[in-house]
Amino acid sequence: MRGGRLGDRLLHAYTWLIIAWLSAPIAVMVLFGFNDKQSKSNASWQGFTLRWYEELFAIEGLTEALANSLKIALASTVITVVLGTTLGLALGRHRFRGRGATNFLVFAAISTPELVMGASLLSLFVSAGVWRDAMTITIAHVLFSLSFVTVTVRARVVTLDPALEEAAKDLGASAWGTFRQVTLPSIMPGVLAGAMLAFALSIDDYVVTSFVNGSTPTFPLWIIGSVKTGIPPQVNVMGTLIFGIGVLIAIVNAVAARRRM
Amino acid sequence: MRRLTPYLLALPGWMWLAIFLVVPLAAMASVSLQTGNVIDGFVMTFSVSNYGDAIGGYSTQLVRSLVYGACATVAMLVIGYPVAYWIAFKGGSRKSVYLFLLLLPFFVSFVLRTISWGFLLADDGVLLGTLKSWGLLPAGFHVLATAFAVVAGLTYNWLPFMILPIYVALERVDPRVVEAAQDLYATRGAAFRKVVLPLSLPGVFAGVLMTFVPATADPVNAQVLGGTGNTMIGNIIQTEYLVNNDYPTASALSFTLMAVLLVGIFAYARVLGTENVLEAAAR
Repeated sequence: MRGGRLGDRLLHAYTWLIIAWLSAPIAVMVLFGFNDKQSKSNASWQGFTLRWYEELFAIEGLTEALANSLKIALASTVITVVLGTTLGLALGRHRFRGRGATNFLVFAAISTPELVMGASLLSLFVSAGVWRDAMTITIAHVLFSLSFVTVTVRARVVTLDPALEEAAKDLGASAWGTFRQVTLPSIMPGVLAGAMLAFALSIDDYVVTSFVNGSTPTFPLWIIGSVKTGIPPQVNVMGTLIFGIGVLIAIVNAVAARRRM
Repeated sequence: MRRLTPYLLALPGWMWLAIFLVVPLAAMASVSLQTGNVIDGFVMTFSVSNYGDAIGGYSTQLVRSLVYGACATVAMLVIGYPVAYWIAFKGGSRKSVYLFLLLLPFFVSFVLRTISWGFLLADDGVLLGTLKSWGLLPAGFHVLATAFAVVAGLTYNWLPFMILPIYVALERVDPRVVEAAQDLYATRGAAFRKVVLPLSLPGVFAGVLMTFVPATADPVNAQVLGGTGNTMIGNIIQTEYLVNNDYPTASALSFTLMAVLLVGIFAYARVLGTENVLEAAAR
């Protein structure tokens, strides 16, 4: 068994190595948000500064792009959560005609490459003469998030005991009352997880957005657009803040989930 | 009313998928059979020549994308499997901490972390520049703008999507089954090959599915980390649509790409059943 122990120890070290590899670019991003760069390029370390945090919103185009991303993420999350929760309830709870076809549609939306999704939406918008702006971006973001929210909610719904809802009805609750006071609270963790996923997918998306944005910039699009001229440190700072807030929410959520258990 | 409930619940989401997924794909199919240009408009001519032109003109990039995608997927499998294995069997009470650490990159924008890689690997950047100044590497050595950089970038970006489904499959393996194999005098290697590996295959399938498709169709890594010789099909489709406005060729290319990828996906889905794949995708 000695060899086994050694193997385990090697695998343990290897796992940490992979985690370090995955985290390396994050460290670089955070670090160079503090770089006191003098020249135009932000490629070498020149000293510590908080200047970029103070001048976070100094680049108008970047600020606008980030604001667009946040608005679109918020709008698409709200729409996706409503559509995905109802669809997930229908698929997880009820047998109905067309259920198989709907499951297939949900699966198709997950497996369609982002590139094809964006390209086909652009084909539709061009054919139909639809002006492309934040509205079309929101439509696209709801589309690619919808299946993930649906699947997350459905997974929660199938673990739900139908006897609970029947008991509520037996005790005289209306259909809406049963939903609001029994069904919704018990699927809430799934709904919240879906909402966070939808928000994260939306704020991160580049490929689909690049097809349907018209001339509306979003955060990822603005960054790609400025690769050639050099990424300003404010991008690192914004990335760092988004990272910090995301990690914080995830940890709070995990701790809360553990409390509930 | 009660019988209508499922339909009313499903309708809004179903409509969204129908209008913005199915109709656009049909619109793209129709555009791919048209000829014309963006100024005079496009006319339906049912010409399949767009497909011939698209595939003939860009077969290099199409094949290159499939090769890069396949290389990255194999790399992810080889790199990711041991990690999933160790966390599933030896992670103990800290399993969720390890999984969380593996997911950390997803809290950074995909575009931004790819650019961070480009920055790390730059010719005179933190890594190569230092090694060069120590004389460990020749001055002309570079990683960016090579096939290796692009495949490494793809591997980096989708690795967690390979690890997670494999982890989920391995986590379900009852350790007692492995002990039973060892009690029956299987060596560690044999127990792994004959018991653990077969039980983890659904996870491997799901992982391959979740990584090969997006990696093959990705335009970002080739754009940020590659050079002119590493252009992938995603870059071509983007350029044809957004720069050249050659919608018919771009549509034909998109369709070809999707056809190639979907044939693979549905072959996998048949093996696993769509609900299993979806479940794996949801985790």
